[in-house]
Amino acid sequence: MSILGTRVLRTEDPRFLTTGGVYTEDVVDERLAGACHVTFVRSPVAHAKISEIDVSAALAAPGVVAVITGADLADLPTIEPAMAGLINGKMRQRLLATDTVRHVGEAVAAVVTESAYQGEDAIELVQVDYDLLPAVVDMTAAAADEVVLHADAGTNTAADFGSPDSLKADLFDGCEVVVSQTIVNQRVAPAPMETRAAAAVWGDDGRLTAWVPNQGAQGTRGSLAKLLALEEAQIRVITPDVGGAFGAKFGADPEHAVVAWIARYLGRPARWTETRYENLISMTHGRAQRQQVTIGGSKDGTVQAYRLEVLQDAGAYPRIGAILPFLTILMTPGPYAFPRAEAIAKTVVTNTTPVGAYRGAGRPEATAAVERAIDLFAAAAGVDPAQVRRKNLLPTFTEPHQTAFGALYDSGDYVAALDKALAAAGYDELRTEQQRRRASGDVRQIGIGLASYVEITGAGDEAGAPNENASVEVHPDGTATILTGTSPHGQGHATAWAMIASDELGIPVEKITLKWGDTDLIPEGGGTGGSRSLQLGGAAVQQASKELLDVARQRAADQLEANPADLVFDVGRSAFAVAGDPDASVPLAALAEGERLLVRTVFAAAGATFPFGTHVAVAEVDTETGKVVLRRMVTVDDAGVVLNPLLAEGQRHGGIAQGAAQAFLEEVLYDADGNPLTTSFADYPILSATEMPSFELADMATPTSYNPLGAKGIGEAGTIGSTPAVQNAVIDAVAYLGVRHIDMPTTPRRVWQAIRDAAHDGSEHG
Amino acid sequence: MRVELTVNGEHRSAEVEPRLLLVHFLRERCGLRAANVGCDTTSCGACTVLLDGKSVKSCTVLTVQAAGQQVTTAEGLGEPGNLHPVQAAFQREHGLQCGFCTPGMVMATVGLLAENPNPTEEQVREGLEGNLCRCTGYHNIVRAVLAAAGSAGQAAPAAAEVSA
Ligand code: FES
Ligand code: FES
Repeated sequence: MSILGTRVLRTEDPRFLTTGGVYTEDVVDERLAGACHVTFVRSPVAHAKISEIDVSAALAAPGVVAVITGADLADLPTIEPAMAGLINGKMRQRLLATDTVRHVGEAVAAVVTESAYQGEDAIELVQVDYDLLPAVVDMTAAAADEVVLHADAGTNTAADFGSPDSLKADLFDGCEVVVSQTIVNQRVAPAPMETRAAAAVWGDDGRLTAWVPNQGAQGTRGSLAKLLALEEAQIRVITPDVGGAFGAKFGADPEHAVVAWIARYLGRPARWTETRYENLISMTHGRAQRQQVTIGGSKDGTVQAYRLEVLQDAGAYPRIGAILPFLTILMTPGPYAFPRAEAIAKTVVTNTTPVGAYRGAGRPEATAAVERAIDLFAAAAGVDPAQVRRKNLLPTFTEPHQTAFGALYDSGDYVAALDKALAAAGYDELRTEQQRRRASGDVRQIGIGLASYVEITGAGDEAGAPNENASVEVHPDGTATILTGTSPHGQGHATAWAMIASDELGIPVEKITLKWGDTDLIPEGGGTGGSRSLQLGGAAVQQASKELLDVARQRAADQLEANPADLVFDVGRSAFAVAGDPDASVPLAALAEGERLLVRTVFAAAGATFPFGTHVAVAEVDTETGKVVLRRMVTVDDAGVVLNPLLAEGQRHGGIAQGAAQAFLEEVLYDADGNPLTTSFADYPILSATEMPSFELADMATPTSYNPLGAKGIGEAGTIGSTPAVQNAVIDAVAYLGVRHIDMPTTPRRVWQAIRDAAHDGSEHG
Repeated sequence: MRVELTVNGEHRSAEVEPRLLLVHFLRERCGLRAANVGCDTTSCGACTVLLDGKSVKSCTVLTVQAAGQQVTTAEGLGEPGNLHPVQAAFQREHGLQCGFCTPGMVMATVGLLAENPNPTEEQVREGLEGNLCRCTGYHNIVRAVLAAAGSAGQAAPAAAEVSA
């Protein structure tokens, strides 16, 4: 029986559970002996001219080796925005700010000390004089260009995706019901448990070796090369264990480059680990959109037209977040068959932390918008939201479906996913219970929230083209080694890729070693992000294993003096045998004696895949205090054929939790002057175990034909579905009181306020 | 200052700065790097170890405060080929992904089960409130703790054993 589809336990776990992972800060390597420590001095103000930096007191402090400022790095290029073609190229950044700081947390100097504790003391002694400038925190204010952050650019608009002039005045003509709503998709912090870090050393050969927590060593090498004006061949990036990333550890940040620069400048290895405070103010944030949705249709619940207008906050310097509205627009209609739909977006810079990718990256924002719109429309039309979804979902398709926004959905059965989720949740019983509580005037009301979604995975937008390489080598001792261009940081590739190779080669999983994240060993690779790994990297491992068997078959034929076509590969014995003569056989491992038995291949997919599903959230809302308790999360997440249910469920759990946390808990906050208010885990309401229920997962698997595994991505689906499901549930709980919408996070204060406002409106109009 | 303490059953005597945190002593002076630092505000629990059998956040304990006591870290609990029942339950239930929170989560679990060998799901969630995990959504962590509690009451004696 094939091992594929079974719950194989992770082979990587015993190490993590005992000695613990070896994260960048844990790396012990003789090349790093005697490393100095780097601590960054960061701007305490959101927008200012730097008039003077005085490092003399810091230089005199115990253990201080050097203090580096932007002036020292003057010969390095300024940092281009991500996707320079799409973004205003004049919005540039320096590795260390020289004349202007544009957000609290921007690095202005680096103190180098013998020990980490000395660094914390010495940064206090660096004197920076700031001449304050007005801070622009709100996106609408930024778009008005009254204060411009990047004088060269002459505007705060980093990019426009379509023009307001293109919107059709008659889009909603003929609609019996039209609803509009402004929706805030708030800024959140990725907050991986491991913060950012780096270790760097230069060899006598003039090459840099850098250890960086990342999502793809090759991409990090590329970023470092750009930031340091080096050739990629001059850099070796090594990926230690990575303590979570969620989109925020792609490439390299300015700090990583500064640490590498310091190691060269001082001729001595350098290390850096940021504090959580630094992480929350200077690692990229996610989401940060303000959306305007308009939806119209007939009273029976049929949608005829939908419009989405997006304002994206890029933060102070345009990174990948600045172009994510592109993905939001791509996924505008979600799983629905809207006859008419249109979308535009604008990205602006503000005096806040730069915005990057965060689990889902552009797609959760599209889903949140359309799923709120569907509920708003259902409420206005007086039709049950499940019914509105069923009426408007695309019917089952097996041939790819082309959307008006340029996406090609590979396969889908959206109504089945909806029905399955409703059945698993007991939707009708939940509505009955809701009626009962409403009738009895219970203080604690329940709300049922739905979200049907489709998303795009393995697209290549975040992590290179839709292809991936793998090498598989069988050794004479019966073990095997796989090299992959993906970059696991919790996903369990060591186990999953071994399962795929084992299934082909008949070598037990525990005898297969996976290697990744060393650019000298694996020069190419797209890393792990955009839920791409299994459908591309896993497929590459399978393809390499099959090609390896082709090579081995020829060798076996030579040894057995048989025609290759007459040989059968017995997976159970991991041996080739002559058909009809099982005694005439040779083990696969024996064919690796003498000449290496090694194949490298590149798997290229026909295109991106489109996982889909439906989430049902049940929230209990205290109508006196506004407090929300998430009671149930029932989800159907169809990501095609599942390789290892244990791992797939883990991805769903983590995604569901992060998405739900955005809906009712988490938000990065700034005051009007651009001071961050959520700078520790005491202030940023990061999700804890007490705030989640156990999840109820229902399975569904619609294969894709775009890879031989039949797999789609599962890393982000949970996040995409759960955010609007939970938000819709909270609003549904209090809808009978006249509440139409509550922005995320649905904190007790917001919910309480919404109930109060609705009562007030009701009494005015009633 | 000179400090004497026992770490994973081994007696240690060291000269330390008074402000040296226990987590840094363990990581840098003992080479025990399973416990991690994930925050600056005693919020995340990634640094959790046992001090005389009780779970503590080692980023909040000065090394000198641990003088004369028994410190147990994940390294001292089990080995890759011979996992402690709590560690084994975490593997079986897929209670870890990136692993960063894991050593702390495991030690917090051992501490929790020593105090309450048969917790309900709600008690597990409350007991682990001070240990953050960004990867798992807590679902499988809770399963692992309940499974460890259920595994023939092994967890509690094992906890007593390591603190002995
Ligand atoms: S490091 Fe976060 S609680 Fe100790
Ligand atoms: S497993 Fe990654 S933080 Fe818990």
